[in-house]
Amino acid sequence: MENFFSRYRNASLLMLVLFAQVMGLAVQVKRTETGGTRLLRFWVVNAIAPLEKSLVSTSHGVGNVWRNYVYLRGVRHENRDLREQVERLRIEQVRLSEDAAQARRLQALLGFKEQFISQTVAAQVIGSSGSDQSHLVYIDKGSSNGIKPDMAVITPDGIVGKVLSVYHGYSQVLLINDPSSGVGAILESSRLQGILQGTAAGETMLKYVMSDEKVVAGERVLTSGGDRIFPKGLPVGAVQQTNPGSDLFLNIRVKPAADLGRLEEVLVVTRVVETTPSTAEPSGPVRAADILAERLPSVPQKAPAGSAVGAATKPTTNVTTPSNSTAPSSAAGAQPSKPGAVQSQTAGGDATTKPAVAAPKPATANTGGATPDTAATKPAAKPVTTTPPAKTSGAATADGAATKPAVVKPAATKPAGSGDVGKPKPTKSAGQPPKPATPPPPPPGEEISR
Amino acid sequence: MSDMTIVRTSREEIEVYRFGPVISVLVPLLALLIQAFVPARWHGFAVLDLPLLVTIFFAVTRRSQMAGLMTGAIIGLVQDALTHQAIGLYGIAKTVVGYGASSLGVKIDVENPGTRLLVTAGFHLVHQTVYFVVARNILGVALEWLWARTLLAALLNGVAAVVLFAVLDRFKRST
Repeated sequence: MENFFSRYRNASLLMLVLFAQVMGLAVQVKRTETGGTRLLRFWVVNAIAPLEKSLVSTSHGVGNVWRNYVYLRGVRHENRDLREQVERLRIEQVRLSEDAAQARRLQALLGFKEQFISQTVAAQVIGSSGSDQSHLVYIDKGSSNGIKPDMAVITPDGIVGKVLSVYHGYSQVLLINDPSSGVGAILESSRLQGILQGTAAGETMLKYVMSDEKVVAGERVLTSGGDRIFPKGLPVGAVQQTNPGSDLFLNIRVKPAADLGRLEEVLVVTRVVETTPSTAEPSGPVRAADILAERLPSVPQKAPAGSAVGAATKPTTNVTTPSNSTAPSSAAGAQPSKPGAVQSQTAGGDATTKPAVAAPKPATANTGGATPDTAATKPAAKPVTTTPPAKTSGAATADGAATKPAVVKPAATKPAGSGDVGKPKPTKSAGQPPKPATPPPPPPGEEISR
Repeated sequence: MSDMTIVRTSREEIEVYRFGPVISVLVPLLALLIQAFVPARWHGFAVLDLPLLVTIFFAVTRRSQMAGLMTGAIIGLVQDALTHQAIGLYGIAKTVVGYGASSLGVKIDVENPGTRLLVTAGFHLVHQTVYFVVARNILGVALEWLWARTLLAALLNGVAAVVLFAVLDRFKRST
């Protein structure tokens, strides 16, 4: 026997090593990721990720010097194009705000609850698994930045994936094109629902749409909110190809809206608020006659008790205030936050709020070099108070530096009909649409616990 | 004789090389780093498997089965740790490749670029096959075997190996 092992020493060692690894796999099949497996992963990630992070920082530094100081060709042309684009978008915004207000009114009448992103953390992609079989990326934010597993990860273009594992300064993000990923999705115009899953080839397929339904190429796909990870209405992608499947369902190939192969900066959704929209929100410029009508005494209308309309016109009052969170804060000098707003903070420290009712688009996080956290901007302590964050410099809003905005309590946050409304002070600013004399009360939020 | 690239030689004719400890650690680490870093910006790069190429290079150059399988096992396990899948899938596949490549290195001359291309492409197929079988049968992962994609990846890895091995040849020392 001894002679046998000495003669086939290498083959025996091969068998031993393979056997040990197979046993290790068998153990992992039975249990969740704990113990030695977790430890090895922890070591490897903490050895590789800092190197990747320094590589990213170096390449960004060199790139910024090149782009901002050396290579400025075509900037004038680009500037002109962007100005034209801004003009176009302004016109579009007017139309969309009308639609949004109408949608809010209808939602309120029907008692719908809408979700909106109230807080995000900007992060940089520093690496990947490097494997075709595992579609995931690493980001430079971890548990120390408030990241938790199962948080949604998005870009301004569309959803990216969800947080899978969290380490102290890094996190693993499972992309939507991984076979083990699943996202509740809905087709924008036909309102057909399905589940978006990845394939081994790295494609994304919308599954479980019945084969007798008609789905056309190019139709937009949005999140349905059914997975309780991604808020409803975020862009997922567009239908690329539709084939009848072998079973009862269609094979719908979806092209992701976000370029999953070239991710640089992403936003991690750290807080989602669910709220019932209020019909009290004005939709457009306030006429002088309206203001006068509010000042004049009038006979209060008695709505019948339990009336659907009466109940819907008031915002929901079951506000759940988390220990460190409240209603979303608005940009400095901008309008109060609206439901469906995505808020982020750029490197310059400016918070930007975009209305997003059907398909909210998060503000682009300019995270060159340092990526200030939106989590650093602490909202107000009371949910009924709109709190524009103090305008700070990029350095002041770097990681970990919590920026506490000055708490502003506009009189307009009180419901219409209260005594303060008698003296409206409409804010006027250049380039902004006329603001309502009585801004609506901010939407009472109910945080979705993760 | 020059056109006879793959020839069976006696064990004494084949030179055995070794590497310094720094190179032995740094090269696999660099391969893993590049493999994790570049596909995040350019996903097409993921078709290459630099850790596999490094495993094959060390195995065929050292010509020691024990060193080959241990190199493959360690590199594979570290690569597994960077994915979200069970640890051991790449470990097993690269252990087999490391052992096989070192066994082949003992028997044939793998200094020629053509040989290197064929050997690497062949071992890439072996690697993918072992990975597929283990993932599907032990873990029950729903994987698809895509012939065209796998063959193309094998060819590309073979071409990359020719370039990479030529660079790494500078670090080897004769025993």
